[in-house]
Amino acid sequence: MTKGIWVVVEQRDGEIKKVTYELLSEGRKVADQLGEELAAVLLGSGVSDKAASLGEYGADKVYVADNAALANYTTDGYTNVLAALAQKYEPYAILLGCTSNGRDLAAQVAQRLSTGLMSDCIGMELADGQLAFTRPIYAGKALVKACCPDARPVMATIRPNIFAVESAAKTAGVIAEDADPGAIRQVVKEVIKQESTRPELTEANVIVSGGRGMKAPENFSVLEELADVLGAAVGASRAAVDAGWISHSFQVGQTGKTVTPTLYIACGISGAIQHLAGMSSSKCIVAVNKDPEANIFKVADYGIVGDLFEVVPLLKEELKKIMA
Amino acid sequence: MKIVVCLKQTFDTEAKIVINADGQIERKGVSLIMNPYDEFAVEEGLKLKGKDGEVTVVTATGPEGQDALRQALAMGADKAILVDPGRADIDEFTTATILAKAIAGLEYDLIIGGFRAIDDGSAQVAGRVAEILGLPVVNVVTKLEVADGKAVATREIEGGSEVIEVPLPAVITAQKGLNEPRYPSMKGIMQAKKKPMQKTTAAELGLDEAALAPKVKALSFTLPSARAAGRLVPGEAPEAARELARLLREEAKII
Repeated sequence: MTKGIWVVVEQRDGEIKKVTYELLSEGRKVADQLGEELAAVLLGSGVSDKAASLGEYGADKVYVADNAALANYTTDGYTNVLAALAQKYEPYAILLGCTSNGRDLAAQVAQRLSTGLMSDCIGMELADGQLAFTRPIYAGKALVKACCPDARPVMATIRPNIFAVESAAKTAGVIAEDADPGAIRQVVKEVIKQESTRPELTEANVIVSGGRGMKAPENFSVLEELADVLGAAVGASRAAVDAGWISHSFQVGQTGKTVTPTLYIACGISGAIQHLAGMSSSKCIVAVNKDPEANIFKVADYGIVGDLFEVVPLLKEELKKIMA
Repeated sequence: MKIVVCLKQTFDTEAKIVINADGQIERKGVSLIMNPYDEFAVEEGLKLKGKDGEVTVVTATGPEGQDALRQALAMGADKAILVDPGRADIDEFTTATILAKAIAGLEYDLIIGGFRAIDDGSAQVAGRVAEILGLPVVNVVTKLEVADGKAVATREIEGGSEVIEVPLPAVITAQKGLNEPRYPSMKGIMQAKKKPMQKTTAAELGLDEAALAPKVKALSFTLPSARAAGRLVPGEAPEAARELARLLREEAKII
């Protein structure tokens, strides 16, 4: 019996991100196999009322550090609190979402606790009685299974959209913690939100992406219209980003974001290895490209050889009909 | 300003990955490049160093890593340090321990690195270095201004960005968009050959076996299973679009 598996809650402005529920759901399974308790760790300001709901996804316990100094995520504030809690309770494992904040926090806490951290994992299992994680390396061109044999806690960041959310009717015990956020050297001067009603790329269930075939920045409106019918995010290949048609924050691929949506629609994307690395673990891939020899067709579940400016609006209309 | 840039050499982005008979990633015959994110870090260092400033590039790797250091020197960095870990089984903890030890002996106002490397994709070494050296860190930065002993960095987050101010010295990790890395000029390449490159080992820096022991152990390497070949939806655009919509609903069942 060790001391529990922890899931660090990802929240922004009090809104809990889906990856938290994914980690709790999968964490529940390994916790049961190990005979461990599953705890959620919630850091923020004015977030206490969210704590009990985490039981619905499998948490036995919720540690809450509710402190005005934790209103905004800061590396120092969150590291100081999470590391202090880990030193107090000595959990067996700490899981975080592989998000901008999760990745940032995990590295600091792992070093402070002198332990190992497996990043951007896509699989979690028990191997010889200990937690092992599978993670892509070389941008998904290979996979490594790894563990942290001696150091504790075992730490991992896990890619969003990998594990299914499952409800578990648990009543979570809520424990208020007063760990000190300490001196915070990062001063948040401004938070700039992109004005978009579409989901964020790495969290999206459906992504409509454009490449060199888009030809001009204004043509992305064709993809946006399809995206709006599907409730999808818009993405882009490196070619489109390097041409200056769309910002790098939309780039999918080895030097951009790695995504795992249920449906990925690649429009005018040739399928360079650098792009495939970022999206080939999507559950279903659709490709629309003029070139029948394009590499993207080798990974696409469904392909249409044709002009995207003709096909995409038609597809939008057909989907609208079906989904009505 | 004195700036230290941490960098590493990685496989080329076009490299095909092969698993050898020992179950390890085959390194032979693979062309190597400077990790692209580290190029942004070098460029930012060169932009910020100013007239009397200095950029020192550091890597923790075997002798093969010196090509990336030479490239940084050719871009305009002033000196380079290569620390050989002296062991093959290194993880992010080991690498950060070595880099921090090498940097601790230098004068610096700012440490920059790529926010992640394209090989292991861990995005944790620079953060660990900051923690060891007791410095504040801002990760995944797309815009950086340094003045009056402070760095103001724009950090990419989901669905937007944040502007973060930290006191110097600080650790900053570079994201694409921060700058456009320069290509080394012919003159730069010639000059790089005369610039100082210190080669040392982790042991010489006073790090013993215990200090370097990795925390993470790789159990096995595999290649992802190839996606089953899909199919082309035939017909002119209107029919193909209609059929595709039907397939997504009835066959794939995802719409």
